[in-house]
Amino acid sequence: MSFDNAYESLIDHEDTHWAFGTGFHTALEGVDREVPATVDRADLVAYCLMLGDDSLVLSQRLAAWCSRAPELEEDIALANIALDLLGQARLLLTRAGEVEGAGRDEDALAYLRDEREFRNVHLAEIDCGPGPGGDFATTIVRLLVFSSWKIAQFSRLRGSADPVLAAVAAKGLKELAYHRDHAAQWAVRLGDGTEESHRRMVAAVDRVWPFVDELFHASAVEARLAGVAVDPAELRSEVDGVLDAVFEASGLTRPEPIPTAFVAGQAGREGVHTEAMGFLVAEMQHLHRSMPGAVW
Amino acid sequence: MSTSWPLWEVFVRGKRGLNHVHVGSLHAPDAEMAVRNARDVYTRRNEGVSIWVVPAEAITASSPDEKDPFFEPAGDKVYRHPTFYAIPDDVPHL
Repeated sequence: MSFDNAYESLIDHEDTHWAFGTGFHTALEGVDREVPATVDRADLVAYCLMLGDDSLVLSQRLAAWCSRAPELEEDIALANIALDLLGQARLLLTRAGEVEGAGRDEDALAYLRDEREFRNVHLAEIDCGPGPGGDFATTIVRLLVFSSWKIAQFSRLRGSADPVLAAVAAKGLKELAYHRDHAAQWAVRLGDGTEESHRRMVAAVDRVWPFVDELFHASAVEARLAGVAVDPAELRSEVDGVLDAVFEASGLTRPEPIPTAFVAGQAGREGVHTEAMGFLVAEMQHLHRSMPGAVW
Repeated sequence: MSTSWPLWEVFVRGKRGLNHVHVGSLHAPDAEMAVRNARDVYTRRNEGVSIWVVPAEAITASSPDEKDPFFEPAGDKVYRHPTFYAIPDDVPHL
């Protein structure tokens, strides 16, 4: 064993790539991409867009914390979580474009759709900081609720009739487990911390709670896609259980459910969004729309 | 702010490695967050499968001033090296 290079024992010598960071495998390798005959293609596209937009929009929100987080290590943690979510979004949007068969790839779907064509839940799009919209506590509470909900959803999605959705769910669960753990660790430390951190956590729960009920409403598309999609109503008790456990350790209480503010019966899943969404989409799409066809 | 996070030294073991290797340091409020921060900061590129974190104050290091008395005398003592017998080829980790 030579000790000239401290990283030598970390290098996988059989995989001849760069210094370290070797042994990568392509995502979704070997997954059957045929759409099952029993599945309605238009509905599957809409569902993939719903799931993909959830992850894409939250990824965009978390990326805003890079260089603004309380500590350097938190900058990297939140950026890593944003990148994990972006990876899930890429796989889901690619699947949507592939099933649609109209020549739209992940970039066309992410950067060229208008605000009303996005199908994410409101919880992903609200501004939880940095800046006037919220603070670190609000971001942590939103991340805790979102990842607990996604874990419940993805663990059932592993049994989807669409093989690609099942594979994305299986892969995503490992990432989401870490996201929820990260949020829970912070929730406990902040909730059970100083008077100020506790006060901010209580305010954060109040800020996020109006957007939680929407997570458990089944849209028309999800209702039609039995066997492919997960029924959101099934997820409520599992998510409540997880949040109760974390809140108890943090000295917080789970508020009573606040009904979703539907507009003529429509919300995020139908493309009706909060005021924040227009600004988020503009910022996200501005570069691509200014320079169409540009590559790095 | 008067409160700042303590410093932790991070050691990572690779997939085929036998020992943890020192890769750097970071700040964290406590041990659980230190392991998670180390996972975020030092294993982004598939570097390893196991992490140890140690509070930096727990480490006692030899002083550079004492380098000569500590390490020079071992340099010229050939009789301490086990070079006078052959190691068989199929004993890789002796």
